[in-house]
Order: sequence, then C-alpha cells, then structure tokens
Amino acid sequence: MKILFDRIDEPGLNTLEVYRRRGGYDALEEALKMEPDEVLTQISESGIRGRGGAGFRMGQKASFLPHGDMEKYLVCNADESEPGTFKDRELMQKSPHMLIEGIVIASYAVDIHRAFIYIRGEYAHQADILEVAIAEAVDAGLLGERILGSGHSLTLVLHRGAGAYICGEETGLLDSLEGKRGNPRLKPPFPAIEGLYHGPTLINNVETLATVPAIIRMSGKEYAEIGTETSTGTKLVSVSGDVRRPGNYEIELGISSRELIYDLAGGPEEGREIKFWFPGGSSSPVLTADDLDVPYDFDSMAKAGSMLGSGAVIVVDDSHTVLEVALKLAKFYAHESCGKCVPCREGTNWTVKMLQRIESGEATPMDLDIMASVQDQIIGNCLCVLGDAMAMPIGSMIVKFREELEAEIEVARERAATGQLEDVIPLGVADEHAGPIPVH
Amino acid sequence: MSAGGRARIRAVPRFGHGSRVPGWDEAVDLTKPPAVVPDPALTPVPSELRADIEAAMAKYPDRRSAAIPALHAAQEVHGWCSPEAIEQVATVMQLTPAYLTSVATFYDMLETQPKPRNDVYVCTNISCSLRGADEFLEAMHEAALEDVDVNVRAFECLGACDIAPMASVNGEYVGPLDPADAARIVEDLRTGRPVLESKQLRFRKCVDPGVAEGAQDFSPPPADVPRADTAGLGPEGDTVDRPGPTAPIEIPREEAEDR
Repeated sequence: MKILFDRIDEPGLNTLEVYRRRGGYDALEEALKMEPDEVLTQISESGIRGRGGAGFRMGQKASFLPHGDMEKYLVCNADESEPGTFKDRELMQKSPHMLIEGIVIASYAVDIHRAFIYIRGEYAHQADILEVAIAEAVDAGLLGERILGSGHSLTLVLHRGAGAYICGEETGLLDSLEGKRGNPRLKPPFPAIEGLYHGPTLINNVETLATVPAIIRMSGKEYAEIGTETSTGTKLVSVSGDVRRPGNYEIELGISSRELIYDLAGGPEEGREIKFWFPGGSSSPVLTADDLDVPYDFDSMAKAGSMLGSGAVIVVDDSHTVLEVALKLAKFYAHESCGKCVPCREGTNWTVKMLQRIESGEATPMDLDIMASVQDQIIGNCLCVLGDAMAMPIGSMIVKFREELEAEIEVARERAATGQLEDVIPLGVADEHAGPIPVH
Repeated sequence: MSAGGRARIRAVPRFGHGSRVPGWDEAVDLTKPPAVVPDPALTPVPSELRADIEAAMAKYPDRRSAAIPALHAAQEVHGWCSPEAIEQVATVMQLTPAYLTSVATFYDMLETQPKPRNDVYVCTNISCSLRGADEFLEAMHEAALEDVDVNVRAFECLGACDIAPMASVNGEYVGPLDPADAARIVEDLRTGRPVLESKQLRFRKCVDPGVAEGAQDFSPPPADVPRADTAGLGPEGDTVDRPGPTAPIEIPREEAEDR
C-alpha cells in the first residue's frame, strides 16, 4: 500500500501542474470546507504518530496549542540529520507540494498564519525545489492571503540551516530559526505553549505533515485501519548499511523486520550474516539477528528494548567489528554535542577516548564497566536527548557484545605489547572534522 | 603492561605557549570598549549582498532569524566568513560582529577559516563507512592535492545512505563512489562539467518495488521543467534506465523466507 510513495517517480511531480493533475490540493479544498476543529478531529482520529523520532501523536500535540488571537507558528522539521535517515529527502525532492498541502491543512486546523520549513543546509537541491514549489503555490493562491477564497491565510517561509545535527532537536531548531546557536532549551515550557519567538508552536516532521492530505482524503478513521492499533498508517523506512538494496521503502507499520530487511532491502551480501542492526537511526539501541521477527512498529520496537525512532534501519554484517561501529558512532555524537550540558559534552568525549584506549591496547575489561556507567549517567540528565542518543546504542552494544569487546581488548593489548600498533590520534587534535592546528 | 607495550600516541600539536587554544597567552584588554554594531557610514557593503540580506530579514518577524541566510550569502561573496564579511553582515543586520561570530562558529557549513572555493563533503558516518567511505575519503584527499581549489572535508551523515559511500560536491549529491571516482570529481570541477553526472542522486528512482510495480502511465511533464529537477529522468541523451538500488539483485521470495 503506497500513500506517500504513490507514483512518486512520475516525471515532473515536483511541479504544481502534475501534482494538481493527479488530484493534489483536492484535500486542501475539502479541508477548507470543514470547520478547523473537524480537521483536527480527523487528524486525531487517524492516530498518526510523529515520524521524526519521538513518535508522539500529532493530533494530541496539535490540541495542546492554546486557542486565541496570539501569534502562533507552525514549524516543519526538515533537518533530517539522524544518521541513516533519508526518507524526507526523497519526499521533498519528488513531491514538494504534498508537504506544502499538508502544512496548509495543519495550519488551518490549529489556526496558524505563519509557517516555516527548517531544512538542513546540505539539502540544497531539495531546498531549491521547495522554493520553486512554494512560489508556484503562492501564485496559484494556495498560499498567502485568503487561500482558495476561504478566510484562512498562511505565509510559508523556507529556512535553510547550516549543518548541525542538534538543530533536528525541536528546541535547538527553534533557537537556530531565531538566528542563534542551535542550543536546546529547558523543557517545560514545551514548544506548544512557548516556542518560536515565545509564541505557541506546532513542530512536526516532514513525513508527518505530508501524510495529512491523505488523512483528509481517506478520513481519519479509515487511515487508522492501516497498520496496527497503536501504530497506524504507513511509514517510510530508510534501510542502509550492509544490505543489497539500500533505499526508502514505504511499509505498513507492523510487518516483520525480517520482511523489511531481507525481502525488501535484499539482506546482507551472499555469505554474510547480520551481526546487529539499528531499527530507528543510529540513536536507537541495537538489536541482533535474534530480533528479526519483531514487528516493525512503535510499540513492538519499544518492547524489544529499542525504538522505531525516525524509521531508519542500519544493518551491520559480520565483516565489521562492534568496536569500529561504536567508535564511529561516539565520534559523531562528540562532534555534534552542542556543549550546553556537562553530562553530554563530557560523556561523549570520554566515551570516544575510552573506545580509543581499547583500540590502542591500553584498556582492560574494567573499562567496559566504566564506560557503561558513563552511559547510565548521561541518560536523562541533559536538556535534550543527544547524549542519550549516544548512550543508548553504546550501552546496548556493551551489554550485547561484551564478549566480543573483551576479546578485542585482549587482541589490542597483545598487539601493543609486540609493538605492532599504528599511531592513534587523540580526538580533537587531528579530529577529522577540524583542520590542523597551526603551531606558532 | 610492559613499558614497551604502551601505545604510541602522537604528540598533541600545540601552540608555542603550550596550549591548544589560539591566543591563550594573550591577556584580555579590559579597557577596550566592547565591539559595537558597526557604523554603516564607515563599512561599505556590496549592494547585492546588502539586498540579499535585507530580503532575508524581511521574511521573518525578527530580523535576527536571518543570521544564517545572511552569513551564507556573505560566505558566497567572500569565500568564507572572514572578519570583513561578518562586519558587513553586522552592518546590514544591525547586530554586533561578536553575535554573528558566535553563530558562524556553531555551524559546520559556515567556515571561519579561509578555504578553497569548491566544497567536497565526504560522508563518513556509519552507513557510508560500512561501505568504504574512509577509503574514498583518502583517495579524495589525494586527488585534491593536485588542485588547491578543492576543499575536501569529512562530514557527518548527509542523508543519502542509499547511495553510500557518497559525497556532496558543491551541494550536488553523488554516489555510490569508489576511490577511482575521486580523480574524476577533481577533473569535473576543474573543467566546470556537471560533477559525475552518471552518479548524481537527483536522477535516481525510488527503490521500493511497490513503486516500480505501480501505475507507470504517466503523461509527459510540462516542457519548461528543467530535466535535472525532475526525478526519474536522467541527464540529456542518457538512455540508461538508472535504477534506484545500488545493487539490483533479485532474491527469490522462498530463499528469503528460508533465512
């Protein structure tokens, strides 16, 4: 069943002409004939959960927004920076009007007149396409004053970011949109009460908003029948890593993970076995080959000890070591930590150093316990979940692959003792992201 | 652990004063007045840049929101966020250079050091590195040695793991790459050709078999749509049906179920 990816490869779908030809913006016309509350009811009845990572019900989030005449904002989170995730990219590039239509309908439902799309700076091509699409929509009276002759008005502005993972976190995104460094804010107050420019703000992911037209077309109740009872609808899943057909797949929530990884994405190369996989981006605790029969939906993933996250499956086969992946992961979070909260700033950096100690043959099995305790002390102790996003997968790797890591420690110690060690470059110095530091 | 068993950790490069932080040994001048919003009469700004920044500011309820777009525009003009560039943005936006510097240093795509003109961001995050991004990065660094105008950087996940290992060349996503492509990228940049056109992401179709199996009876797109902006159409004159999957291998269903 294809809802978002229905005939997505149609040439020229990014233009208003082709999008309208196949019934685009009909849902908007329909929605504008309804009362805003009715539209919100449809969204709530659909049971759609946020596709960005947290999985919070969109209808519920929208209903938190206060009523009244204050300036309210809608922000579409298109800062798709979770490693392994690339679903919004394909959607925005190929069907930008679907997103715009969803934004207009959602803004009508909660009486918002100013909306922003915060797109990551790296997505230059997608941003160009969206900009053209927004201009087309404005010209056709689908955005701007009195949309399609109704009383609803909406200004939509595309805002390009400049490369920072933390700006995908909703309050970090708001600060960045306000023209500051993208540091997360203390919550509560949640953005629905006090967000952008101190006004109530509804923030949703691209995929969530792009689904709204389909919900209006089908009615919320009908949409809720797709998928499982608590994870309704279809989901775009980005499968990458050691699979034969990496890419985006639209699946009905609740199919088995094996079907997704093997039948759709082709599984690992001949003769290779899956060692572990991330079910929801690199921030989710890893699962092993034993968990392949877990249904791919929000609750089943949580029950299996992980999370659906942004719907990005990264498969790692047995040709790679756990240490190598853990180190990549930790380095990424250490680089992206904004530095506002100590447990995250220090925890990510020390985790990298401890993993490098393993590599350089200086670690003992006791280091694994210290590392595990560092992860425990990050979780829940910061303003946002960036630190947790490292601590959860690293913590799960230590638990699930302790034997392998211990063996790795032994091998590296042997290597070090016999002097076969390569130079290890400490983090932050010849860090691959920083340029060389000049010596006076 | 024996003395000979210690890892040889490379010495940390440091400044003459012993710290890794530049200017650490310089005392702060406490009598200096704080940097203020530059005087528009004394700071000339190229008129195009001024127009760009003013247009960006007009889009938001608060002019400060335009900080990132304005710094981007200044970087386009000056090549990097130089003190001069920041001063010009500060003049137009009526903000202090310090505020804008704090923003520019936060984001990876805003450079506060001089850099070559062409950007090649090589993704080295998990999905790409599983498929050989580190080897490609090395080859890319090597290929760029011949050309000083190429800025090769390892970058965090660029959101294109389906074409891993991949790189963003001046914003154009290309992949899957092998080390041999590095020289070609430099060559294309030098000659001004579209970069590695046969591997550009924009022409890629969706991998989902359900999409390919679905209705394909499309009417032709409007004639004035640039081919390059229309997914599903390859470059001009390209007859190869470029599939989405990087490795289009069909696995029979039974075999898949056996596993």
